[in-house]
Amino acid sequence: MTTLAYLIPVALFLGALGLGGFLWALKSGQYEDLDGAAERILIDREDKLGRQPSAGEITEPRPSRP
Amino acid sequence: MSCCAPGAEMALDLVNTGSVLPSSQEIRLASRSLGDDLHQTDLSVPAVHCAACIQAIETALGKLDQVESARVNLSTKRVAVRWRGNQVPLFVAALGRLGYEAHLFDPEVDNRDKTLSELIRAVAVAGFAAGNIMLLSVSVWSGAEGATRDLFHWVSALIAIPALAFAGGIFFRSAWNALRHGRMNMDVPIAVGVSLAYAMSLYETINHGDHAYFDASVSLLFFLLIGRTLDHVMRERARTAVKGLSQLAARGAMVLRSDGTRDYLPVGEIEPGMLLLIAAGERIPVDGKIIQGTSDLDCSLVSGESTPRNVAPGGPVQAGVLNLTGSLTIEATAAAKDSFLAEMVRLMEAAEGGRAHYRRIADRVSALYAPVVHLTAFVTFLGWMAATGDWHRAITIAIAVLIITCPCALGLAVPIVQVVAARRLFENGIMVKDGSAMERLATIDTAVFDKTGTLTLGQPRLVNAGSIDPGMLAIAGDMAAHSRHPFSKAIAGFAAPSGQRKFDAVTEHPGFGIEATVAGSIWRLGRRGWAGWKARTGGEGKHGYGGTVLTRDGFIVATFDFEDAPRADAKAAIGQLSDAGVSVQMLSGDTAGACGEVAEMLGVDDFVPCLLPSGKVECIETQAKDGHKVLMVGDGLNDTPALSAAHVSIAPATAADIGRNAADFVFLRESLLAVPLALDVSRKAGHLIRQNIAIAIVYNAVAVPIAILGHVTPLIAAIAMSASSLLVIGNALRLQSSIPSSPAKNVRRDSRSDITRLARFS
Repeated sequence: MTTLAYLIPVALFLGALGLGGFLWALKSGQYEDLDGAAERILIDREDKLGRQPSAGEITEPRPSRP
Repeated sequence: MSCCAPGAEMALDLVNTGSVLPSSQEIRLASRSLGDDLHQTDLSVPAVHCAACIQAIETALGKLDQVESARVNLSTKRVAVRWRGNQVPLFVAALGRLGYEAHLFDPEVDNRDKTLSELIRAVAVAGFAAGNIMLLSVSVWSGAEGATRDLFHWVSALIAIPALAFAGGIFFRSAWNALRHGRMNMDVPIAVGVSLAYAMSLYETINHGDHAYFDASVSLLFFLLIGRTLDHVMRERARTAVKGLSQLAARGAMVLRSDGTRDYLPVGEIEPGMLLLIAAGERIPVDGKIIQGTSDLDCSLVSGESTPRNVAPGGPVQAGVLNLTGSLTIEATAAAKDSFLAEMVRLMEAAEGGRAHYRRIADRVSALYAPVVHLTAFVTFLGWMAATGDWHRAITIAIAVLIITCPCALGLAVPIVQVVAARRLFENGIMVKDGSAMERLATIDTAVFDKTGTLTLGQPRLVNAGSIDPGMLAIAGDMAAHSRHPFSKAIAGFAAPSGQRKFDAVTEHPGFGIEATVAGSIWRLGRRGWAGWKARTGGEGKHGYGGTVLTRDGFIVATFDFEDAPRADAKAAIGQLSDAGVSVQMLSGDTAGACGEVAEMLGVDDFVPCLLPSGKVECIETQAKDGHKVLMVGDGLNDTPALSAAHVSIAPATAADIGRNAADFVFLRESLLAVPLALDVSRKAGHLIRQNIAIAIVYNAVAVPIAILGHVTPLIAAIAMSASSLLVIGNALRLQSSIPSSPAKNVRRDSRSDITRLARFS
């Protein structure tokens, strides 16, 4: 019985960690381009030119217009 | 581009010669400011398809001055370019050099899918909650008692609260919305069942009861949300693909001010009386009158005519027409909102009323289902009250009935079949815009085809190549390579340009043809009366009457006959439709003679020629009044109202943008066999949906009596619900095997060639 007192919170915490991870990945746009992600693994990044933005950063629509 | 199919580079080169890059003003107009002098432009690049493409594009664009970053999205085939400064970097040209045709993509039409991310978040939360509560529930079922059971129930209650509030919100909102408008939908029993179950379980928990239904209410939400998400994903996926394919409408035009200055204005700001400069290859943005210049116009999108129309000063032009050969100055006679294009949109909206009456099968079932469920639960409550007088027991059993009948399998039954069917169609090059389209397609008994661009390819094809002297054909081919006229393209496509001949000068005479001088003699390719100025130009001469000719110093040396080629498999497709019990009809804006020829060639029994867009709508509405369910297959702008008026509609990917938006299905390959295939898959899917609904009903017929008799424990409810859901999913997957997959395995290459052809059109 006493083991339950910490097993349940631990189980819930780990589950919530997974959930939080998923929601974070979703929000940061990692599911925006699944086909692209599958292909990008083949790209050699040695001669990287400048900073490559993350997927979410650039596909996020901004309301402001000129 | 080493990864691409052999020959693809050449095809792309061919496309590039025919396309016109968007001007930098147009790009500026389409880009949006991110503040801090930073702009983002979204381009649609249909040819991107592999890692090498991504790398080539990102590296090349990244090297350009002022370009901050470029990011390819392979799923949507788009490139987002961020750049600084006032000068627009030449990224479209850079992409062109790499062999990728880029179109401007309007981010305004692309309001990102908020609902989907909300649904996915809801599924995640509901899944997390359902999993944890189920763990605790299993412990209770396997014998936890007393204080332990109460603790587990309390923990379950705590986990369920956020799940219900967040994931259940979707159902509560929808149910409330329906009730407020005096309607009933599937969400009403869900919302009532879930919240009652939660309240009852809480009461039980407080009073140290044996059973709590937290697991049932949360896992119910989980399953239903999966169904809803699948439904949404299917519609959205097809929609973005359709949007990304191409952009046709002119975004703006160069306006010539009275003081001689030139301004690039967006379409919305063009007013009647303004003078517009339209270069060859541009689309005309608004209705107008030609002030200066002669040219050929491609009106196929507007009128369905396949032959280009020759225009001169004083002639009227309509919005959406493509200017082919010469530059024009036109005076706008109507603002964009009053133009021909806008007129089409209005006709379309008016026609769409007919389709709005269609109710999805899931809605029809739930309209019957929801009252029955509530009534059963209520009667059960009254029955147990009368029999035992124990209100607590009566309520518990009534809630058990409500939960076990909750349309869990029903919620999955329809979307899962539609997703599987849509995937099947997608593999065969057909995109479905929404699930109800498949339901509607399954019921049709009449198919109406447009002629130009649908039954035929809408591109002229040289038919007498065999009888032309190969030497002359080669000369004609070299000359034709200098022009964008559809006839020139047809000749150039036939006689691969040798490129060896040296022309001293090549000039295009808009509306007439091409003139070239070689070693002192003048060669002309074009209109008979113009090219053959020394030859007999009228009557049945040696080379036939009219048509396009090649002349040397005014004497005709070769004649070219063109014909609009029927789409691949058109005849077979019509045969298959007839076999499936569908009567086939052809409606066209073209002349009776042209229609008769095509109808005879393809075995269409019935056709109506010379129709205006409104005439097509009338034809379809008359048939609908006679009780027929009409499928419309068409591509042009002139077909768009008819596409909306029909019960269900299909458009080829080469169709006008607005046509693709109006159609329920879009097929990407050239073959018209897509139409019978879509019909076949839809009918099979309809069959499976009915089966699934039957399964759900049988499940209820078995489970409800058990619940009414009061034998349902949470364990039984959980097992029954999961089993019915799995059964429904399993049944839907049968569709995968029942339809033959595409005959050729080279799906990728097919879609590529289609995309290049599409690009040529736009």
